[in-house]
Amino acid sequence: MSLGSYCFRKSLWVFHFGGASCNNCDIEILDCLTSRYDVERFGIQLIGTIRHADVLLVSGSINRKCRDRLLEVYNQAPKPLLVVAFGACGCTGGIFAEGNTFAGPVDKIIPVDAYIPGCPPKPEAILAGIVKLINK
Amino acid sequence: MIKELFYFLIFPGIIFSVLIGGVLSWADRKITARVQFRKGPPFLQPFYDLGKLFYKETILPRNGARMVFLAAPVFALFSAAMANVFILLPSIFPGSGFKGDILVVFYLLTIPSLSYLVGSLASGNPLGTVGASREIKLIISYELTFILALICIVIKSNMSISISDIIAVQQEGGAFIGSISGVLLFIVILFVIQAKLALVPFDMSEAETEISHGVFIEYSGTAYAIIKMARYIMLFALPTLMVTLLMGGFAFTGISILWSVLKLVLVLLLITLIRNTNPRLRLDQAMRFFFIWMNILAVLAIVLTIFKL
Repeated sequence: MSLGSYCFRKSLWVFHFGGASCNNCDIEILDCLTSRYDVERFGIQLIGTIRHADVLLVSGSINRKCRDRLLEVYNQAPKPLLVVAFGACGCTGGIFAEGNTFAGPVDKIIPVDAYIPGCPPKPEAILAGIVKLINK
Repeated sequence: MIKELFYFLIFPGIIFSVLIGGVLSWADRKITARVQFRKGPPFLQPFYDLGKLFYKETILPRNGARMVFLAAPVFALFSAAMANVFILLPSIFPGSGFKGDILVVFYLLTIPSLSYLVGSLASGNPLGTVGASREIKLIISYELTFILALICIVIKSNMSISISDIIAVQQEGGAFIGSISGVLLFIVILFVIQAKLALVPFDMSEAETEISHGVFIEYSGTAYAIIKMARYIMLFALPTLMVTLLMGGFAFTGISILWSVLKLVLVLLLITLIRNTNPRLRLDQAMRFFFIWMNILAVLAIVLTIFKL
């Protein structure tokens, strides 16, 4: 493992892409930054622009409008980039999987590195997903 | 020639000040975490961030001026490192420096902010343009206050404009912060440092929640790593300037090494606590804060200094 990729694992900056989300996953993501779980211990920060991002976190179901935006955001990101499908909607589509406007789960649009299922995932599940992502 | 290059590149220059600035940045994040009852990042976190940014891809804007976009971070890094060398050398080797270096330091400390805004205007991003316009208004508002504070310090040190003379005057007659006007100056320069570092009450130029990092929005990879290095150096250079001008400077013999470190950490702690206990100001509020209140304090300090208080 080179020094660069070692540093990459130690400081993942997360950009949060919210699709047609119901905001429940978003709140659970913010829970991870609070004093009880504190993902900054692993060097993880939420940042505001895709140009600084190392992890693209996609939550919410992806419909036909979101699909092009998600592709554009993915192409704008500097590589190497890890993609996380977050919540039941991101992983499989959840209850929207057979909807009319649903444009497929995230892994049909862009390559996905880790799945964190749940509706919404508990902060413990998010931490388990982060550990899997770091050791990948 | 070799000696100057060594000063600039290694000992008080780029490498040394990036290392110390990284440690100070870690301390800043750790104190922030402790204020919020969190555990905080590990000790090497700023250097992990730097290593990762050097490892990532750098994206150039299609519609921007690419050379200016890439040159701006380099200018920021070099001028910040140069300012740090000029501030630190009179403390390390007493009597070194030249006449008027406080003015050179004043100009060099302005160049990082200017080059950030030139780089963000060159990127062609609309949010970057908004951030650049906010940055230039902030520069206009705090530079007048900063030069008034420097004038006051020059008057205090018997009209001498070299940093080593200012340190010598303080070592003979006690640190400037021991007088009423010194306390006023301390408050003024503390807020100017806060604005120069773009920390929270004055971080409207890179407000990540409204204009998503503003002036830094298009930077990625190595270019952003160089910006990070420049910001680490500024986080070291500005508290050092404060200690040098007001709190008696550094001394590197025996127990006074500990005393020097404590002065630096005290200034950093105050900056971090201000950052953690205040919301972001609007631009007009920040301009009013500097133009009216801080300028009144600085002029009051000058008047008190003339009456030897």
